[in-house]
Amino acid sequence: MKLQFTVKSAAVLAVTLALTAAQADPVEDDQLVINGELEMATDAPASDHLDGALGDSVYSGWRFRDTETRAMQKDDFDNPMFLFVDAALEAWDTPDGSAGKSCADCHNGIDESMKGLRAQMPKVNDKGELWSLENYINDCRTNRMGAEAWGWNSQNMKNMTAAIGVQSRGMPVAVKIDGDAAPFWEKGKEMYYTRFGQLEMSCANCHEDNFGNYIRSDHLSQGQINGFPLYRLKDQGAVSIHQRFVGCVRDTRGTTIEAGSQEFRELELYVASRGNGLVVETPAVRH
Amino acid sequence: MADNVKPRVRVPKTASKDEVITIKTLISHPMESGQRKDKDGNVIPRSIINRFTAEFNGELVVDATLEPAISTNPYFEFDARVPETGEFKFTWYDDDGSVYEDSHQVEVT
Repeated sequence: MKLQFTVKSAAVLAVTLALTAAQADPVEDDQLVINGELEMATDAPASDHLDGALGDSVYSGWRFRDTETRAMQKDDFDNPMFLFVDAALEAWDTPDGSAGKSCADCHNGIDESMKGLRAQMPKVNDKGELWSLENYINDCRTNRMGAEAWGWNSQNMKNMTAAIGVQSRGMPVAVKIDGDAAPFWEKGKEMYYTRFGQLEMSCANCHEDNFGNYIRSDHLSQGQINGFPLYRLKDQGAVSIHQRFVGCVRDTRGTTIEAGSQEFRELELYVASRGNGLVVETPAVRH
Repeated sequence: MADNVKPRVRVPKTASKDEVITIKTLISHPMESGQRKDKDGNVIPRSIINRFTAEFNGELVVDATLEPAISTNPYFEFDARVPETGEFKFTWYDDDGSVYEDSHQVEVT
């Protein structure tokens, strides 16, 4: 009798383990189709520079999220980020600052002029500095419009980066990592593998060594940033790339680096390059 | 007084006779509950959408009362049977007396 019972428990345990493993892997049986029209690949062959660190494929964070969250991103009506995108589209046409100019006065339609931009960000500007999309926006605001710069993580800024980002939706991420971008990329890479905080964890400890596993209740993804800025259900609001970086460093119980800092722009370049080939999903939904 | 209130609706343009279609509506609105206080301890006055209705060819099909616990940007999704070509009219009633309307034509093919 006792023997039988033991055998049964072992069988139950085996089934439980199998289920956990199946849940932890990137979802295989779902396809991201936006509004029933725009089919988007959520994996891509890993770039050569990764040297096999993530295996053969890179996966969008969408593949690590629950069914309901994945469904929200499939329909722009259900995706709360589009309220923010709408607000930015209004701001695009609204003059601001002492020059009395709006974004549209120089750039005309956002759909044409901003197409493809998100996929190349961050990049080295003509003065040799590494700039994120936020830097370009604030450069326009302060130098061309005579308006006040927006805070890196302000609502206005996240609205605008979402509205600009969505113009590149479906296009493959292709940040430049050679030439004048190379030194920044190297620094970003070094930071990615540097342990931070009391917990002494690097980005790679979670997002390279353990993607697909759980850290307490959180399902770790590869930490790809192709969907930013995105709607985070936990925060009930938009989250920028650097905001997420700050959150990750904080979670290691480290002193965080500021959003918009040189360090985080270099890290942004490196992390973006890890997702080269994945399509831009901005604005994504995650939990 | 709520700013930037904007209704959005998704209704299929066509349907077959007696088809059950899914309608999604959302209105951007802060839905201030009246329970919160500002930094100085003063109550922030209640400002919510308190009623939502949907009509089809003049006939009331949905009439909902909204309470202060409903979150920002209230979202309603419901199914409706469409017997004939006609117009859905959606109406949101604000505490401040404003009424927001949107309407969509559905053609039965």
